Amino acid sequence: MTIVVGYIPTTQGEAAVTAAITEARAHGDSLLVVNMSRDDKLVDAHRAASTELSRLDAELTESGVPHEVRRVEHGTDPADAILRIIGEVDARMLVIGLRPRTPVGKLLLGSTAQRLLLDADCPVLAVKAH
Amino acid sequence: MDNLNHLIEGFGHVLTPMNLLFALIGVTVGTAVGVLPGIGPAMTVALLLPITYGLEPTQALIMFAGIFYGGMYGGSTTSILLNTPGESASVVTALEGNKMAKSGRAAQALATAAIGSFVAGTIGTALLVLVMPQVVAFAINLGSPELLAILLVAFVGASAVLGSSRVRGFAALLVGLTIGVVGIDFVTGQQRLTFGQPMLADGIDVVVVAVGIFAVGEALWVAAHLRRKAATVIPVGRPWMGREDWARSWKPWLRGTALGFPFGAIPAGGAEVPTFLSYLAERRLAKHPEEFGHGAIEGVAGPEAANNASAAGTLVPLLAIGLPTNATAAIMLSALQGWGFEPGPFLIDKQPVLVWTLVASLFVGNTMLLLLNLPLAPTWAKLLQIPRPYLYAGILFFATMGAYAVNAQPFDLFLLLALGLVGFALRRFGLPVLPLIIGVILGPLAEKHGRRSLQLSGGDLSGLIGGPVAWVCYAIIAGVILWPLIGRLLPGKRPSDRDHTPTEASA
Repeated sequence: MTIVVGYIPTTQGEAAVTAAITEARAHGDSLLVVNMSRDDKLVDAHRAASTELSRLDAELTESGVPHEVRRVEHGTDPADAILRIIGEVDARMLVIGLRPRTPVGKLLLGSTAQRLLLDADCPVLAVKAH
Repeated sequence: MDNLNHLIEGFGHVLTPMNLLFALIGVTVGTAVGVLPGIGPAMTVALLLPITYGLEPTQALIMFAGIFYGGMYGGSTTSILLNTPGESASVVTALEGNKMAKSGRAAQALATAAIGSFVAGTIGTALLVLVMPQVVAFAINLGSPELLAILLVAFVGASAVLGSSRVRGFAALLVGLTIGVVGIDFVTGQQRLTFGQPMLADGIDVVVVAVGIFAVGEALWVAAHLRRKAATVIPVGRPWMGREDWARSWKPWLRGTALGFPFGAIPAGGAEVPTFLSYLAERRLAKHPEEFGHGAIEGVAGPEAANNASAAGTLVPLLAIGLPTNATAAIMLSALQGWGFEPGPFLIDKQPVLVWTLVASLFVGNTMLLLLNLPLAPTWAKLLQIPRPYLYAGILFFATMGAYAVNAQPFDLFLLLALGLVGFALRRFGLPVLPLIIGVILGPLAEKHGRRSLQLSGGDLSGLIGGPVAWVCYAIIAGVILWPLIGRLLPGKRPSDRDHTPTEASA
C-alpha cells in the first residue's frame, strides 16, 4: 500500500517526511511525497525548489523505502490536490505536518490541515515539528 | 540663484505634515506597484486620477511623483528576485540581478539597486532644478508652429524609436489619435466620430481611456493567462554591501545617471534605451568582463541608476514644455489639465508654488524611498505571494469606480469595457501602449496648435514650418522615418535586428 506525504519546505514538512519513513518501514509501504504550489501566485513559499526535491529523493533512496516524489503545479488549493491523489493511489495513510495558527489567521485563510483531517478517506497522521 | 530660493521655498511647503504624508503614501504605493509585475506607476496614477480631483493639486502631484519614483525602485526588486521585471525600465536589471540572486548575492544586488537609485534620483532631481528654467526660457518664445513640430517629434519618437516594430507603434498611435478626436470640433462645432451618441459629444475622458487600457486591459490579459507555475522563494537577507561592492558600484551609478537623465528628457527617450545603453557601457568598461552573464554587480548598478535618472529627466519636458515622454508623465499631464492648469512654459510662472513644491518633494520622496527599500526589501518581496485573483479583483473594482466617478454616467462603464477590450487586443497583438496614450492626450493639443498656425497664416501650409526650431524638428522626424530606407541603401550595413528588445510597454 501507499503512504502519501504532504511536503512543504519547512520544519513541519521535514517532520512529516521523517514520520512517514518510520511508518512505511514498519508496515512495508511505499511513499508518495507530494509538493503542491499554487498557480495563481507569482511566488509560493510552499513550493519546494528542485534542489530541495532532489535532496529529498536522495534521502529517501538512502532510507531504502520505495518512493516517488511528485510535484503538483496547477490548481489553487493544496487540500484538493492531496485529496485527489489519495483517491488516485488508494492511499493507506496520509501524513501531514501541523503548524500553530491563530484563530484569526484560520478564519481569514482557512486551514489546509483541517480540511485534510476532515475530508480524507484514509487515516491521517498529523505530526508537529520539534 | 533665483531657482535656489524658489526651491528652498518649495522645501518649506513640502515639510508640512499633510504633504509629507502624501509623499509617503505615494512612495509606498509606488514601490508596491513597482514590485508587482504588470501593475505599474502609469496604471496606478490612472486609477488614482479620479480620486485626486477632490484633493489639492499640489498634494496630488506630490503623491503621483512619489508613485513614479517608487515604481522605479520597486521594479528592481522583482527583476532581481524573480527574473520577471515589474517595470519595463527594469528589464535590463534582471540580466545580471537575477544571476546575482541565484548565486546567493540577492542582498548585494538589492542594495546596489536601491542606493544607486537614490544617488541617481538625487543627482537627476538636482539637474532638473538647473535645467528646467533654461528649457522654460527657451520654450516661452515658441509659437504654435514650433509646438506642433515638437509634438510631432514626440509622436514619431514614441511610435518609431521605442518598441520592436514601427508598424505596431504607428498603429497604436493612430488608435490613440482616433480616440482623441472623438467629440465636438472646437473650431467649427461639428461632431466627430460620435455616431449620433450625445454622450460622446464631450469626447472620451482621458481617465476612462487610461483606466480602460491600463487596468481593465491588463486584468483581462492576466485572466487569460492565469495558469502559470509559481516560482520558488529566493531568501533575501537584509540588503548590504561590502567594501568591494561599493568600489565597483559608484562609477556605474554616475555613468548610469549621465546616460539616463538626457534620455528621459528627450521625447523618444523613456527609461528602456538608457538602461540598455548603460548595461552595454558597463560590460565594455568592466574590469572583469567575464563576470557579465554570471551576476556582475556593475550590470545592476548602472541600469538601475539610469532608470531613476531618466525618471527625473522625464519631468523636465513635462514641467517646462508640457510634453510627456512616458505613459506615467502623460497621465500626470492630463491630471494637470483636469485641474484647469495649462501645462507648458507658463506653468512655472503661473504656478511657482506647485512646481517648486513638487520638485522639493522629489528630494524628500527619494530619501524616503531609500529608507523604505533598503531595510524592507524582504517585506516587499512578500507582496509577490498575493494570489493574482485578489489583486485583479481589487484593480477592477477601483477601475470601475474611478471611471464612473468622472462623470457619474453609466455610459462611461460601457466605454471602459470597450477600451479594456482594446487594451487586451493591444497586448495580444504586441502593440505598445505608450503611443496610444500619447496620441490620446497630445492629439487634441497637436490639433489645436496645428489649426492655430494655419489660422495665423490664413490657411497657407507654409505657416506650419515657421522658425528654425520647427525645421530641426521636421529634419529629426524625416531622419527617424527614413532611417530604415537609408540603412537598406547603405551596402553591407543591415539594420540591426531589434526583435530581442522587450515589446511590453510600461503598463
